[in-house]
Amino acid sequence: MFNLNKNKLITLLKVQYSNMLEYRVEIALWAISGIIPFFMLNIWTNNNLNESINLSNEMLSRYFLSAFFVRQFSVVWVVFTFEEDALLGKLSPYLIQPLNPFFRYLAQHLAEQITRFPFALIIAIIFFLINPGSLWIPSLGLFLCSCLSTFFSFLIQFLIQSIIACLCFWTEKASSIERLLFIPTLFLSGLLAPVISFPEFVKSWIYITPFPYLIDFPANILSGNNTNLISGFLMQIFWILVLFPIFKRTWSLGTKKYTAMGS
Amino acid sequence: MEENIIQVENLSKSFDISSKGPGLRGTLKHFFKRETKSIEVIKNINFGIKKGEIVGFLGANGAGKTTILKILCGLIYPSQGKLSVAGNLPYKRNTNFLKNITLIMGQKQQLIWDLPPIESFYLNAAIYDIAEFEAKKRIKKLSDMLEIEKELYIPVRKLSLGQRMKSELLAALIHKPNILFLDEPTLGLDINAQRNLRKFLQIYNKETNATICLTSHYMKDITSLCKRVICIHEGCLTYDGELEKLLKKISPVKDILIICKTDKDAKELSNSGFFIKNQNQKEITITIKKDSIKSTLNKILNKFEIEDLYINEPPVDEIIGNILVKEKV
Repeated sequence: MFNLNKNKLITLLKVQYSNMLEYRVEIALWAISGIIPFFMLNIWTNNNLNESINLSNEMLSRYFLSAFFVRQFSVVWVVFTFEEDALLGKLSPYLIQPLNPFFRYLAQHLAEQITRFPFALIIAIIFFLINPGSLWIPSLGLFLCSCLSTFFSFLIQFLIQSIIACLCFWTEKASSIERLLFIPTLFLSGLLAPVISFPEFVKSWIYITPFPYLIDFPANILSGNNTNLISGFLMQIFWILVLFPIFKRTWSLGTKKYTAMGS
Repeated sequence: MEENIIQVENLSKSFDISSKGPGLRGTLKHFFKRETKSIEVIKNINFGIKKGEIVGFLGANGAGKTTILKILCGLIYPSQGKLSVAGNLPYKRNTNFLKNITLIMGQKQQLIWDLPPIESFYLNAAIYDIAEFEAKKRIKKLSDMLEIEKELYIPVRKLSLGQRMKSELLAALIHKPNILFLDEPTLGLDINAQRNLRKFLQIYNKETNATICLTSHYMKDITSLCKRVICIHEGCLTYDGELEKLLKKISPVKDILIICKTDKDAKELSNSGFFIKNQNQKEITITIKKDSIKSTLNKILNKFEIEDLYINEPPVDEIIGNILVKEKV
């Protein structure tokens, strides 16, 4: 089913990176459009909301900058591309190649992340120029842990969207199901507020969903906030292990329903 | 006896299709209670294709030709029946099978739009586990054959339709497939591009002994490439055999263009009871049955002063156009 090797992966990444560079202006705009965490930082600090969760202004700034970075490297849009490809029949040539088409989409995302990196870095430099007090250099260990957890966060979101994307073999407009997940992702992932700020009874069940491991967990690691690394990573791995077989099954059942419309 | 590389037995395929009435009422009804019905687009079809054969699938729009190709290449699942392509069940899409086949659709493309075709070729080479050195060799050979060496480095979006189609063909053939499924490969191409593509396919077939299954609405594609045709009408197989035999069978007539020496002869000929297909002063085209050519020509040559005459088959498009709407051939 998957048939991926090193040579295929490297070539896919190289080609998709070349392709993404064709859209560098668009990607720069996308990077700029991901500055929600900075707006949230402004709201939090102007209203002194951080006092209620015992987080200093600097730590909060670092959290939201980290959230911005995590978001930059875990944005997923596979459901929209896949849906268009499936509905217009563009999927057909990929389906008869000895490589699962989702690897193309995965490579597109990874290539886009590499393309985003310099733009995200420029935004971070501007942020530090405006808030010099927030400047910090994480330890190598924490930096690597946050990179790994960001990648896991990306994988979780990629798997969730891929499962939803496969539903378009049945419903045609699967992206509308993805929109249902937009609100919980926005509120529960830590993009608008650190999950620590939520009431205790809400936190108790939020942590068993995949949402806090998408932004909050990696952002807390990178910003140096207190977080339980082991349980966070275990939950991320747990969700990947749960979602992967669901994706595999949905894909296998969905391709049987494929009618190669539009071609 | 040589075994068939493609074997199809009692193949059927049904699709569930929802229908919607016109206007607001139809829209609301469609919203609350969607009516779907199962439509059988392929009905109990049987055929076999030998290695190296070029077979044309003929049929009107919606007859089921493309659906058959999609089933044969493993894109869609059959509803019923047995099929085997190069010893594989296509819908299982196992790696060996996928490395053996290719599908080219005239209206769909696999090349990456914003990059030069060479990037897509190397990507395909990697996907099919072809080493870089070998890939370069194949790209060189195929681009020479297709005459697209210069276009390899120009972004796909800047190429003409013909250049794009040739690039699509190269991308689809880089892994040297043994079986080619071509769905209207010359769609939208100008006459020269069509001719070049046909020439390329003939050479490819000769050099590699590849099996080619082709659908096309351009009869020239069929007549110049396919000795054998399979006619499909509303999902049923109506003819499977040699194209020449089919043409003889369904068109037992010939057109004779007669150029008379004088206006008087032309007038007399036009009034002598033959079926006149066309008349332009001294040039008259009559249609006669094939089995009466000799006697008719004797009669005409003895009775009238003739400057020249030509015996023609009626245009293939005309004949095949008639087949497409027939339930039985």
